[in-house]
Amino acid sequence: MKQEYTITIYTENQVGLLARIAMIFTRRKINIESMNSSPSEVEDIFRFTIVVHETEELLRKLVRQIEKQVEVLKAYFNTNDEIVWQELALYKVPTDIIAEKVVVERLLRTYGARAVLIRNDYTVFEVSGHREETDKLLEVLEPFGLIEFVRSARVAIIKGSHDFHERLREFEAAEPGESVSTNAFLDQQEAVFSM
Amino acid sequence: MQNKSPQPARDVSQIVDNSAHPSPATPDIQQLTGAEIIMKCLIAEGVKTIFGYPGGAIMPIYDHLYDYQDQLQHILVRHEQGATHAAQGFARASGQVGVVFATSGPGATNLVTGLADAMIDSTPMVCITGQVFAHLLGTDAFQEIDVMNITTPVTKWNCQVTDARELQAAMAKAFYIARTGRPGPVLIDVTKNAQLQLTDFTPYEPCRRLRSYRPKPIVRPEFIEQAAELINAAERPFIIWGQGVLLGRAESEFKDFVEKSGIPAAWTILGVSALPTDHPQNVGMLGMHGNYGPNVLTNQCDVLIAIGMRFDDRVTGRLDKYAKQAKIVHLDIDPSEIDKNVKATVGVWGDCKETLPLLTQMIEKRDHSAWIERFHDCMQEEIATVIQPELHPEGPVLSMGEVIRNLNELTQGEAIIVTDVGQHQMVAIRYAQFNQPNSNITSGGLGTMGFALPAAIGAKYGAPDRTVVAVIGDGGFQMTIQELAVIMQEKVNVKILILNNNYLGMVRQWQELFHERRYSFVDMQNPDFVAIAKGYSIEGQTITERQDLKPALDAMLKHNGAYLLNIMVGKENNVFPMVPQGCGVAEIRLK
Repeated sequence: MKQEYTITIYTENQVGLLARIAMIFTRRKINIESMNSSPSEVEDIFRFTIVVHETEELLRKLVRQIEKQVEVLKAYFNTNDEIVWQELALYKVPTDIIAEKVVVERLLRTYGARAVLIRNDYTVFEVSGHREETDKLLEVLEPFGLIEFVRSARVAIIKGSHDFHERLREFEAAEPGESVSTNAFLDQQEAVFSM
Repeated sequence: MQNKSPQPARDVSQIVDNSAHPSPATPDIQQLTGAEIIMKCLIAEGVKTIFGYPGGAIMPIYDHLYDYQDQLQHILVRHEQGATHAAQGFARASGQVGVVFATSGPGATNLVTGLADAMIDSTPMVCITGQVFAHLLGTDAFQEIDVMNITTPVTKWNCQVTDARELQAAMAKAFYIARTGRPGPVLIDVTKNAQLQLTDFTPYEPCRRLRSYRPKPIVRPEFIEQAAELINAAERPFIIWGQGVLLGRAESEFKDFVEKSGIPAAWTILGVSALPTDHPQNVGMLGMHGNYGPNVLTNQCDVLIAIGMRFDDRVTGRLDKYAKQAKIVHLDIDPSEIDKNVKATVGVWGDCKETLPLLTQMIEKRDHSAWIERFHDCMQEEIATVIQPELHPEGPVLSMGEVIRNLNELTQGEAIIVTDVGQHQMVAIRYAQFNQPNSNITSGGLGTMGFALPAAIGAKYGAPDRTVVAVIGDGGFQMTIQELAVIMQEKVNVKILILNNNYLGMVRQWQELFHERRYSFVDMQNPDFVAIAKGYSIEGQTITERQDLKPALDAMLKHNGAYLLNIMVGKENNVFPMVPQGCGVAEIRLK
């Protein structure tokens, strides 16, 4: 059964890796609903959060294909039950309308919008939440001269990840053969590989 | 070791600047150009042979190569695709990493087919491409192309180097990634400024570890135990193996497993030479044009043990009719292969060189001769309907199979057979005899016509003491025919056997069987191949008669140097057995 899955990928920082990951989806003609990249809690390790609407069987295969990439440390996939997630939306609304119409002001209060910029001509509000919440506010603001709208990709925390940080560290330490590199260039990869 | 902080790429003017301020002299550290560092790295990695083609953006590398000719042998191909296939042939014959040089733009795009072929057939290869100056990247400069994005889907790893200080680490990483784990092609794109830039060269350290890369999954004993339990309880177990056994150099571990278990074993076309053809438990070839028994009995075995193979659709036929009755044990080094096409009852992740001995230890010694007898029964049926008429045809027309039979009689299974793609490939691999590993070199996954001629050249460099016979169809030969010039210039002793039916035979066969004989653009008017060979100073002859066949093959093999033998075979012969596309393996047709 197809449903929404959130894929979390831990990677090194390497030019071209985004394309390599995206390729795994495009090759199978899978639409990426949202994609976010950010640093993780581990130094020099980046984290991608990708949302797709697919079957569990396919997700299992996708995640293995992703993990196979040289610069990927680990990839996980979770259902919405297993994560806490947020998206951020920005709304640009004419200031005079908010000033004149009480209903608009009430809407903004109801949806927990915060003003991030107030000017004479327009005001920018920010709302974070699930897709339905930000969509709903978009819908109700539309009749009141909404000027611009933008929404970020999903960011998500895996609920059952209390030991995750430890596991990532363990994964890093475990190396079959245990022969630790003496290559000075590789030990200082950040300094060497950044372009 | 100075200057480690990130800096933007330099242009040539800064290189002069750089050399004017050399680092304080330390005995271990030399100042070298990026291009020369590449030479040093290649030598340190044990590379002796490079296949390549020069051009504008890779000229600094070729300039240094001129000085290193005594240590690095460069083979000038006639098209960059030829360089990749030659490197593949080299890698497959020797087990070493094949190395390719090409320039930017068209030089790099010409590598794509070979990279894709090496990717799908897991061949270790390092390609080094020149690139325009870093400050010209993205400006549509002359011969500038986005090599990184073009090659991403067809490389195991790729990397662009714009600063010579990154080169040593990138080279070490490239060789490490190409040859470890499931091998594959790697590409390093080096901008011209990085090739010219002077920087420190410290003694070369090979890469032994990468933070995010696990070449081999850690072997989990519980899965070995589960697999052994299934095998010990099986009544009709069946081993199917692929190239993983060869890539893991686990031929003897595999043989021990096969012999102790007593289980019949069949091969994919890339796995074939891992177990000698005449081994009593080798029951033949799997897949679309494989043997009758291995296909039919796949759907009658109770435990299917897949080793280092990936259940390609040409092996499995229709998946929902594939071995549904069997429990599946799947051994593979690449975790993404387990459950990809066929769901495994037990997936044993790991290098088969490590997992097979563990498994051999845990299984009971068995004799499955009654079950093997069923393969032999199927073989008798196949011999009567297919093999006998193919190997000993009664009519006047030569068959591909009898050519291979005669070749076997002369080489005694000791030659490396390099095949192209099509009918001749299936016939050659079906009937060729292989006594030792790494003897069969073919384009399996990608099915690249034009593979054989350059791959045979590479194979000869990879295994100079062995006889290399390239078996090629008349179609594929013309796709890389220009590489005859390499054979001429470098005096490469390869034997070229053209099985010529003046047709694109495999497509014609499908048109005959599935498209009502509508022979749409498969008829070929071919040139005089012997005359062409003569133009390249390569001896050769054409034969059409049976009585000339064996003497001609013998003359070809005994000839001192390269030789082209053009054999006219039956125009409309078909390859059987055949599992038609969309059918299950048990629906294999004998005619």
